Amino acid sequence: MDHRVVRDLSDLPNYAFGPRMTMWWGTLAFCVLEGTGFALALGGYLYLAFLNRDWPLGPPPPLFWSGLFTLVSLASLVPNYLVEAAAREENLFKVRILLVIMSGIGVLLAGLRFMEFAVLPVRWDFNAYGSLLWTILGLHAVHLVTDVVDTVVVTVLMFTRHGFGRRFSDVEDNAFYWYFVVISWLPTYVVLYWVSQL
Amino acid sequence: MSETALRPHENKETLDTDVTDGELPARLAATWGTAGGLIGALSTVDHKLIGRRYIVTGFFFLVLGGLAAVAMRLQLARPENSLIGPDLYNQIFTMHGTTMMFLFGVPIGEAIAVYLVPLMVGTRNIAFPRLNAFSYYVYLFGGLMIWIAFALNVGADNGWFSYVPLAGPEFSPGKRADFWAQMVTFTEVAALAVAVEIVVTVLKLRAPGMTLDRIPLFVWAMFVNAFLIIFAMPAVMLASSLLILDRLLDTHFFNQAEGGDPLLWQHLFWFFGHPEVYIIFLPGTAFVSAIIATFARRPVFGYPAIVLSLIATGFLSFGLWVHHMFTTGLPQLGATFFTASSMMIAIPTGIQIFCWIATLWDGRPVYRTPLLFVLGFFFIFVAGGLSGIMLASVPIDTQVHDTYFVVAHFHYVLIGGAVFPLLGAIYYWFPKFTGRMMSERLGRWHFWLAIIGFNVAFFPMHLAGLRGMPRRVYTYPAEMGWDGLNLVSTLGATLFVASFLLFLFNVAASLRDGEIAGDNPWDASSLEWATASPPPPHNFDRIPFVTSREPLWAERQALPVVSGLAVDKREVVITTATRALPDLKESSPDPTIWPFVSAIAVGAVFIGSIFTPWAVAWGAPLAAFVIIAWFWPKSIEEDK
Repeated sequence: MDHRVVRDLSDLPNYAFGPRMTMWWGTLAFCVLEGTGFALALGGYLYLAFLNRDWPLGPPPPLFWSGLFTLVSLASLVPNYLVEAAAREENLFKVRILLVIMSGIGVLLAGLRFMEFAVLPVRWDFNAYGSLLWTILGLHAVHLVTDVVDTVVVTVLMFTRHGFGRRFSDVEDNAFYWYFVVISWLPTYVVLYWVSQL
Repeated sequence: MSETALRPHENKETLDTDVTDGELPARLAATWGTAGGLIGALSTVDHKLIGRRYIVTGFFFLVLGGLAAVAMRLQLARPENSLIGPDLYNQIFTMHGTTMMFLFGVPIGEAIAVYLVPLMVGTRNIAFPRLNAFSYYVYLFGGLMIWIAFALNVGADNGWFSYVPLAGPEFSPGKRADFWAQMVTFTEVAALAVAVEIVVTVLKLRAPGMTLDRIPLFVWAMFVNAFLIIFAMPAVMLASSLLILDRLLDTHFFNQAEGGDPLLWQHLFWFFGHPEVYIIFLPGTAFVSAIIATFARRPVFGYPAIVLSLIATGFLSFGLWVHHMFTTGLPQLGATFFTASSMMIAIPTGIQIFCWIATLWDGRPVYRTPLLFVLGFFFIFVAGGLSGIMLASVPIDTQVHDTYFVVAHFHYVLIGGAVFPLLGAIYYWFPKFTGRMMSERLGRWHFWLAIIGFNVAFFPMHLAGLRGMPRRVYTYPAEMGWDGLNLVSTLGATLFVASFLLFLFNVAASLRDGEIAGDNPWDASSLEWATASPPPPHNFDRIPFVTSREPLWAERQALPVVSGLAVDKREVVITTATRALPDLKESSPDPTIWPFVSAIAVGAVFIGSIFTPWAVAWGAPLAAFVIIAWFWPKSIEEDK
């Protein structure tokens, strides 16, 4: 078929930030589908809690480590916001420092999550209540560890010769996913730790 | 020429404006092509090659699932038949349903979307092409795994919805149910990955000028379908994960004695399972809309009504799942609500069918094979829809639950709604896929054999069901009076199988000797017909600029296009999500073997976890390492 050129796109840039990039939309789509998974898992918890009149079927989980985990998660939103902003400014120095901080926070949170598991009052094979606690906490732990590993990889990447151009956009996407890890924790925390206290 | 004169040019990438029109196709093909050899083939990220593999693999599983159906029909042809024993029969009906739903029904719609959506929106590759390659291998490995398990007499045997407690640790010892559960994990990972790719391709990779109201109806249907997958599939992944945890790690999600509940399985499964029906049907509507416009020789009537109907179908499909559970003792108010919602979804579907009929009514229909299959779709799907409305009523459903009436209903809906449009789609796009036309004469024979064979096979099942024949029985006593109906069904199935053999012969013969198609043999209006058949690796020499909903009918003299893209590096145009204004030129990933290696690593973890939970503990770091290797930039060029 014959062509007639009606527009020249030579001057368009090669990358940008946020919803202008495909990766941002891809990350959002994965957040949505994983968020659906969380919603259904928590729905399953509430369904079984509704069916069992004497819920919880064991002692409620202790609040110390989970409370600390929640506070550190919320606090991490500040450096996460800053690393996102630094990436948009393409400020390599700030991005490197903040990514190291975010990696440290991620490792700390993984440690706190380990302590949460260690003090859970029932085993997964004791009853359905134990199964739910371990599985839902595990589901969130998988997301947490995935993003911590991703953050460490991105941190290393930004200290190499690749740390320029569209890699700043990758840093921003990594920060975007961290928001999801924190936000998906909040309803999970309420259901696992507070519904059983009611 | 002096060195100093060359230097500025070295830093500047070569654009399509820098080369002649004659030189451009070969340069682009070299940039976007796939290397030869096995490693090249396994490394490709070309959506057309991956899409073609997806389509062929989907049909391969259709054949396997079809052979399972043939075995069942032979066993049921006469009463008290001893051809197949009860244990093997359980495996065969489970493999049939599982294959048709998970390995054929969902993947084949996505497969055709993988091939056609990037062409229809006027871009050079799908979004996240490496993820696309990964998804194909994961799907292939999952499908092979469950069929190899079947060949080793470890075939799943609890039905395609694997109800607990039957599928739980108490009543299904051994590994059969575990293979089923992990097959779900494999196929859903693949389906979700493709859904994300389709959503992002449609939102961000549309050609400049393709505003929301110029998106082809085919693409709209695939777009809505991808959202259904994104919201529905996590439910079955969660369900199958909980099942495997109950079986392997002694959790108690579905164990009533320890606070669990078997109905939790049914809720989670059908929260996926009902949208699943629409996930299989919506690609059918995509094919129908494209075929009808071309063969009615006019744009589809009621474009906004069809788009809104697709979206409404998507929303409503999540409000019906409990109608699969009417006999589980639901509160009456719940049953009433789900009866109403089940009937309501007939409205948007009806609107689409009326729009298509209006298009044919007002057009000048050309009755070629693709359109014949669409007419067959009308007849069979509407019949299935009517029995669906009967089943939405609790008293009727209670009477015929788990009988052959339900089997008849869903085969009318699924074969009518998905397989007939699919066959029409193959006849329609075969010239684009291969460059050759399929035989029209064999196509007509195929259609008539298929529609007669299908109805002779499945209509008697309504009657067998009304006479009380339960589904999933491996035989029945002669005095039940079901023998005549079953024999007729088996004869019909034989005709239906013959129609498929004819189809496969037509495909093979046309591949070799079919008439050369040319770019646009049907004089169709959408962008996939603006390029060669089969399309070159880069799809389009220049990215189209869309000025109309039917671009090839609006621009018959010369297609408006844009220029200024790189020639020696893979680059796609990113446009704004609603108005499709050109915004960026993003680089598109090169071929790499890592998605294939990652799929092997992930597959090893999934299969290993059937035997020991330590496979996850040891395998996850390995899989993580491979995936990091995949993502790590291979050159500075990729960073720019």
